[in-house]
Amino acid sequence: MNNHLRVLRAERGWSQADLAERLEVSRQSVNAIETGKYDPSLPLAFRIAELFGLSIEEVFVSPAHQSSRAI
Amino acid sequence: MKGNNPAFRRYTWSVMLLMTAYVLVLIGVNLYFDNSAPTGAAAYAAAILPALPIVGVFIVIGRLLVDLRSDEYVRMLLVRQTLVATAFALTVATVWGFLEGFDLAPHLEAYWFAVLWFGGLGVGGCANAFLESRGGGE
Repeated sequence: MNNHLRVLRAERGWSQADLAERLEVSRQSVNAIETGKYDPSLPLAFRIAELFGLSIEEVFVSPAHQSSRAI
Repeated sequence: MKGNNPAFRRYTWSVMLLMTAYVLVLIGVNLYFDNSAPTGAAAYAAAILPALPIVGVFIVIGRLLVDLRSDEYVRMLLVRQTLVATAFALTVATVWGFLEGFDLAPHLEAYWFAVLWFGGLGVGGCANAFLESRGGGE
């Protein structure tokens, strides 16, 4: 699932390790989510969104929107 | 990451301790059987002793899975790794069982399948590396 994590992180000057520490997960996890290799659970997605003070939709791109754009 | 995670540090120390215990117990039990030729309940109890540290490793892996509940991605990788290991060990055990049943393979003590399972963790690690390099494999 595409997301804006990299941009949001860069805006705050956070490294992947910084974000991982704030989320209490591994840097490996942040990297997997950021690159779209792994879709986080709803609770983790909420934690991520709340950390940035945004809604989930503002952090993660809905797969439905992605496919409709592709069409 | 693994080096910094207290769950992995605890897991590594626990496995090292259990493996040390395994070697010591195995040597001791072998000496006991060689020198005392125990029978009855004492023989059964002594024969089971070397299995206990191995069972302990399974428990430690289970505890690691519990401890990783806050890091769901790494936990998912470990679950996949153990599932691959289980599939690998059960596949070999099943095939070997039929070969042995038709007298086409020598008898193999069942504890070797636990050894195979630990080897299967390596296969699972390779599967993880391959699938993650291809984009997650979900």
